[in-house]
Amino acid sequence: MSDAHIHDLVDHFFRHQSAKLAAVLTRVFGLQNLELVEDVVQSALVEALEVWKIRGVPENPAAWMYRVARNKALDVIRRQQVADRFGPEWVLWRETTSGPAQIDRLFLANEIADSQLRMIFACCHPQLPEESQISLALKTLCGFSTAEIARALLTTETNAKKRVARAKRKFLDKEVEFEVPAGDALKARLDSVHSVLYLLFNEGYSSLHPDELIRRDLCAEAMRLCLFLFNHPASRNPETPALLALMLLHAARFDARLDESSNILLLEEQDRTRWNREIIAQGVYYLNESASGSRVSRYHLEAAIAAEHSLAPTFPGTNWRAILTLYDDLIRIYPSPIHELNRAIALAQIAGSDAGITAIRGIRDLDSLDDYHLLHATLGEFHRRAGRLDEARRCFLRSMECTVSLSEQRLLERKLHNCDALAESMRGE
Amino acid sequence: MNDFMFLFRGGRTEAPASPEAMQTQMQKWRAWMQKLREQGKYISGEPLESGGKVLRSPNKVITDGPFAEGKEVVGGFFLVRAETLEQATDMAKECPIFETGGSVEVRKVQVMNP
Repeated sequence: MSDAHIHDLVDHFFRHQSAKLAAVLTRVFGLQNLELVEDVVQSALVEALEVWKIRGVPENPAAWMYRVARNKALDVIRRQQVADRFGPEWVLWRETTSGPAQIDRLFLANEIADSQLRMIFACCHPQLPEESQISLALKTLCGFSTAEIARALLTTETNAKKRVARAKRKFLDKEVEFEVPAGDALKARLDSVHSVLYLLFNEGYSSLHPDELIRRDLCAEAMRLCLFLFNHPASRNPETPALLALMLLHAARFDARLDESSNILLLEEQDRTRWNREIIAQGVYYLNESASGSRVSRYHLEAAIAAEHSLAPTFPGTNWRAILTLYDDLIRIYPSPIHELNRAIALAQIAGSDAGITAIRGIRDLDSLDDYHLLHATLGEFHRRAGRLDEARRCFLRSMECTVSLSEQRLLERKLHNCDALAESMRGE
Repeated sequence: MNDFMFLFRGGRTEAPASPEAMQTQMQKWRAWMQKLREQGKYISGEPLESGGKVLRSPNKVITDGPFAEGKEVVGGFFLVRAETLEQATDMAKECPIFETGGSVEVRKVQVMNP
């Protein structure tokens, strides 16, 4: 193995190959046989590992793995054809199996990409139970094991398994087709793909997962799939680059959000030199790419807000008016109490904290945020700025009741402590 | 310098293994092989398929084999270069196979003209 192809075995090579192989082999065996597909993929991966660890990684590891997978698939078909002579299921198999030449064709680069796209649409199908979608995406599109899914989503392995199984039952019942939707259906189906990818990203970005590496992994996977969508002509619409821009503009600031002791740093406290300028530039690039067509989506607006923050030289130097307008637009097309809360924060930067509080009180469906720790933390902050320290304390304490995250707790303790110190100094005067 | 053979027994990946765990294992083998190569100690290596045939005397009876238990089956070998058996054994100590429950047998290749 020479240095030249040392890079062939990039990070997560096995993971991503397993996802690719699963997509290709599902073309052969059908979605209803996803379990069988996974077994074939698994045995191809094991064979690659067992041979490579002793002989070294071949020149083109991906092509090598495709060959192994192809042969294993043909073995299954041959075995099954023998069984067919005796078993009653042969009709089903005759329909789903194809000859070696057809299988070879599926391993051409454009066909692999097409299979991957079909798999993305299948895994993000609106027919699937919502809580299964991310688990299934991680398993089938990203090559995670159920143990890894459980770790990533902070749940038990049994739970993760159940979620995946529930989705697979829909495949078994043939409620989901393995096709790239066309025409009018495409738009609606892309919407659900986008929203699953957005959820996946948020799972990594805003979850308060103790394991930083896993969270980065989730964000990276969401961005990888989004970039894949963008690069595939069949799935490219202006919302795809908008979503990608949104992810990049957040990911660029990933490192700056925590200090060395994993304490949360607020936007105004973050060291902006730690923001990744290269990723911000990429985000801006895709945001520009998204500026076509007539429909402005929530991703466009959220990405534009993220861009305002990312490009602001300092916290006070942020263009809060632009952000406020963007939130107004966002709430108009995608009403959400959380967006209204964020709008109130922007408004308070312009019109003062009392205006912020009034805006919060006016949030439609405010009750739904009652257990949302950031609502109370924001109110606390507004009261503190207005000098109502007792009120602020009450809000911060309420906020602490609403979050189990240690870093959030520490941040709130810090805020409480500030309140106390402020009260102390006021008494001193 | 003398030639030695490392016989790898067992330690094969049991399905289902996560792709990420497989990749981690692969990286460790790569790193180990790379190190031996850089030191000029690695000569060659071949993996062996698990099934085969065994012929036995006196009538060369052919059976499917090998019959050893999974953990005893030779899965492959390295040919390496070292001064002494002790040195070769030390090299084998760093083999990642131990993490997956396998073993390494270190044997000196017999020299024709000592």
